[in-house]
Amino acid sequence: MPKASVGTLYRGHEGMWTWVAHRITGVAVFFFLLVHVLDTALVRVSPNAYDEVIATYKTPIVNLMEVGLVGAVLFHALNGIRIILVDFWSRGPRLQKQMTWAIMAIWLVLMIPGAYFMLIHTVESLFGSTS
Amino acid sequence: MSAPALNAPKTARSGGRTNYEMWSWIFMRVSGIVLVFLVLGHLLIMNILDGGVQRINFAFVAGRWSSPFWQVWDLLQLWLAMLHGANGLRTIINDYSERDQTRFWLKAALAVATVFTIALGTLVIFTFDPNIS
Ligand code: HEM
Ligand code: HEM
Repeated sequence: MPKASVGTLYRGHEGMWTWVAHRITGVAVFFFLLVHVLDTALVRVSPNAYDEVIATYKTPIVNLMEVGLVGAVLFHALNGIRIILVDFWSRGPRLQKQMTWAIMAIWLVLMIPGAYFMLIHTVESLFGSTS
Repeated sequence: MSAPALNAPKTARSGGRTNYEMWSWIFMRVSGIVLVFLVLGHLLIMNILDGGVQRINFAFVAGRWSSPFWQVWDLLQLWLAMLHGANGLRTIINDYSERDQTRFWLKAALAVATVFTIALGTLVIFTFDPNIS
């Protein structure tokens, strides 16, 4: 195996796709948050106005988008922790590739049951409950 | 380790801003660690526990914001996520906008959106009225 020439930066080579994904998820979550504060502000208008907007959160397509949002936040959080460890932990730079694999594994392990619990109601209401 | 080297992205700027950039670099990391608990906790409560998103309505919010604990939680989450996200976007604008004018207007729009959203969210938490009709 040729020696990897990654240096110590998380930006670059193998680290590059995580850097791009970190950027995209950060921006996406930020824009969601702008809208989210607006929809929450409807509690100052009337209970009805708020409940109507929140009803859209419960529709199948938006429900699916919520899984995407949670996946994006979770990736950004895990990769953010990895970046912090690379910066501050003395062994971080050497282990950064292993940590990339680790966060992908943690992401999957949390997202599988997470997606299940987030979608179960929608799936049952669309296709009927089996029980 | 090589921490300071990370903070020299494509930002074609020099002079006068190093101290600010250092604090911003530290702020991104400190706020990030706090946000792990706040935002992942928020998402777990809102989307997974106890019926998830299906159970959210005005009465649910009224119940939560009757407790100072969740008021403080949401307030911290609002300020930290907005400032962390806005600061991240500032870096991205610096990286990609090539003309000084574009950069200026993008940052102005970002600042307006950020101040407005933080102010609105703070106002909503402090003036929430469960008996509003
Ligand atoms: C689909 C996912 C989400 C749902 C269903 C949701 C739901 C809610 C609800 C019901 C509230 C009302 C207050 C409360 O009960 O505590 C709220 C407030 C809030 N949420 Fe979320 N949330 C979601 C995602 C997020 C994310 C990803 C963030 C941060 C990046 C966030 C940040 C906030 C903030 C800052 C407030 C306070 C708003 C204000 O000050 O007016 N939420 N959210
Ligand atoms: C959940 C916990 C979070 C952690 C651990 C975290 C961590 C980080 C870290 C370490 C950075 C890199 C800063 C640098 O390169 O100097 C960063 C960048 C960023 N974060 Fe977060 N963050 C979190 C939540 C959020 C949220 C909720 C938002 C949106 C409101 C967000 C938006 C951004 C943006 C836009 C960037 C800039 C990306 C770039 O420059 O490429 N982050 N985050």
